[in-house]
Amino acid sequence: MSWNILADSMPQLLQAALSTLQMTGLAFLIAAVLGLPLALARMGPGLPGVLALGYIETMRGVPQLALLFLIYFGLVPLGIALRAFDAAVIGLGLSGAAYLAEVYRAGVQGVEPGQIEAAQMIGMRRRAVLRHVVLPQAWPAVLPPMGNYLVALLKDTSIASIISAPELMLRARDLSSEYFLPMDYYLLVGGMYLVMAWPLMQGTRMLERRAARGRLQGEVR
Amino acid sequence: MSGWGRIWDALPLLLSGAMTTIEITAGGFLIAVALGLLAGALLGARSRAVRAAARVYTDVFRAVPVLTQLFILYFGLVEVGVRLEPLQAAILGFGINGGAYLAEVFRAGLLSVHHGQTEAAQMLGMTRLAVLRIVVLPQAMRIVLPSLANYAIGLLKDSTLASAVAAPELMFLARKLVDRTFLGPQIYFSVAVIYLAMSLPLARLSRLAEARAGRGRR
Amino acid sequence: MSDPPLVPRPEALVRAVRVGKRFGETEVLRDVDLSVQPGEVLAIIGPSGSGKTTLLRCIAHLEHPTSGHVEIAGERVGAVLDRGHLRPMSDREIARLRQGIGMVFQRFNLFPHLTAIENVMLGPVQVLRRHRSEAEPLARELLRKVGLAHKADSYPERLSGGQQQRVAIARSLAMQPRLMLFDEATSALDPELIGEVLAVMRDLARDGMTMLVVTHEMGFAEDVADRVVFMDHGRVVEEGPPRELFRAPSHARTQAFLRAVIDRQAMAEAP
Ligand SMILES: Nc1ncnc2c1ncn2[C@@H]1O[C@H](COP(=O)(O)OP(=O)(O)OP(=O)(O)O)[C@@H](O)[C@H]1O
Ligand SMILES: [Mg+2]
Repeated sequence: MSWNILADSMPQLLQAALSTLQMTGLAFLIAAVLGLPLALARMGPGLPGVLALGYIETMRGVPQLALLFLIYFGLVPLGIALRAFDAAVIGLGLSGAAYLAEVYRAGVQGVEPGQIEAAQMIGMRRRAVLRHVVLPQAWPAVLPPMGNYLVALLKDTSIASIISAPELMLRARDLSSEYFLPMDYYLLVGGMYLVMAWPLMQGTRMLERRAARGRLQGEVR
Repeated sequence: MSGWGRIWDALPLLLSGAMTTIEITAGGFLIAVALGLLAGALLGARSRAVRAAARVYTDVFRAVPVLTQLFILYFGLVEVGVRLEPLQAAILGFGINGGAYLAEVFRAGLLSVHHGQTEAAQMLGMTRLAVLRIVVLPQAMRIVLPSLANYAIGLLKDSTLASAVAAPELMFLARKLVDRTFLGPQIYFSVAVIYLAMSLPLARLSRLAEARAGRGRR
Repeated sequence: MSDPPLVPRPEALVRAVRVGKRFGETEVLRDVDLSVQPGEVLAIIGPSGSGKTTLLRCIAHLEHPTSGHVEIAGERVGAVLDRGHLRPMSDREIARLRQGIGMVFQRFNLFPHLTAIENVMLGPVQVLRRHRSEAEPLARELLRKVGLAHKADSYPERLSGGQQQRVAIARSLAMQPRLMLFDEATSALDPELIGEVLAVMRDLARDGMTMLVVTHEMGFAEDVADRVVFMDHGRVVEEGPPRELFRAPSHARTQAFLRAVIDRQAMAEAP
């Protein structure tokens, strides 16, 4: 009996899963793009460095849910009313930017300083050093944590249901209270998250293995 | 801006919520460490079936949002006649979810201890369990400590999700207050500050542990 | 060896009986027979890859023979007779058996999170359940014996290779073993540090310890060993008192091996 109900809900749930993927993609974009200048500022001197550090540390200390509330409900009295979906994308993206900024920084700083000096000594400019020496080496180290972040983000979009942003978890809550089948719906939705996250996790694991091999080769040479 | 003065009246309630937050974090952390240690050790078990079971646990629970897991425990179990208190569901949910994360962390820590030491300890007449407890774990712990501290920080923040299963923690009480007082910005800002204040000592601890682990490396 | 194996004398402390070991396709040990009397020092020599380490590890049950078996003081290693049937030893039984065997590894394998004296005390305290106040004087005495009384509180990373290896020997001795296994205890050491470790081993032999010593130090084998075994391709090719085996090896393989070793040493010693 409950199978029929679940089967009938599938189109709605799949639609909602699509929203989840959309939310994930948009937030990831914001985080990945915004993370870059943030990382550069953080590694640089002066006020930008301090501000970037402050931003990163704040984001690290504040729960994402609190951030979503702040953006969705908290800004209303100031005359800013966002749609729940947009508020979620912005909130997740802003906190993700802080995380990815640190990932970028770790990747860049993982490159031996001696190499940068060597490149400068053969007359390369700062930009050229970054492009031809630093980034090619930082990239393989940065990809696995980015993959891990993407998986975490995919799951974290479920938090958006708490501010009633339309996505998979919210749809599951609505349906489960409508038919009072919480166990069935939440297990089903858990399975759907699993199906979405699984390939990403495997891909990330592959990147990790490749990065580890790369490091090993680097040592041998 | 008006309303900032009234935050003081709300503070006692918010602080009691913070206490519950700490309860959930600490309880979830302890369960997560116990499960993570067990699963981490079993990931390297001799039996294939045991290894596979540990792998399924870690992979499945890491691929599903913790919010979904909380809902299964709190709302879902009711369907099969098990009624958990919000706090119980939250602590259990975070514990089980965290165990899956920490399993990998512990596994890496255990592997970082060179196998020759295990053999040397075995030759002193230690059983496998004794080797793990006396020789391997103390060293693995030192390596794992920074990750544990980072995990605790993450958990502290994630414990806000317990508000969705009506656990009376900081976020939950804050939302109630906002509904009553319409002081959204003020209250959410205060909440953010309280979380920051709670996570700062943990962040300090994590940096300390990192520095120590870096120094202790051979 | 084509001769039939000697009938082992009953008082042997260690007996290897037709021990064979293969890793997948590679046959590493083939029908190795060996016996060591109490108080005897047996040196095992042979080219790299001949199976010396594997044999030692089979005796310690760190490796399990694929055929044949090892006995220590008449007790079968890794299996017990239980109601007329042989069954594999439990983890606990293996641990008990190993209490009586000390093993010194090429790479020392000290516990890096413990000081020298804590390394030495760990076995007595954790395995033998001795009280610390009882174990500590014993550990100090052993460190003094290996010439490291002044390094008791140093961590391994602060010790030279030779010092680490001497702590490792003291750690084994703290369990008061009746048998000591040495697997190239000096090969990971700088040449100038080899002597101090060999000196400790020499003292141990003089005190009557039963020792099985895998070594490339021919001088040490000749001086200290009661008997030398030459292994090649997983077999015992030849064995005998050191003087006979070194002066007049009867097998061509042994001759070739010894000549190569002597050449290498002569080369190393040449100015
Ligand atoms: N765990 C293992 N798996 C597969 N092959 C192994 C393993 N351990 C040893 N071998 C192989 O068994 C053979 C004998 O190795 P063993 O270490 O016993 O030789 P050895 O006489 O001690 O040599 P060396 O003087 O170099 O230490 C070698 O060919 C080695 O590659
Ligand atoms: Mg060897």
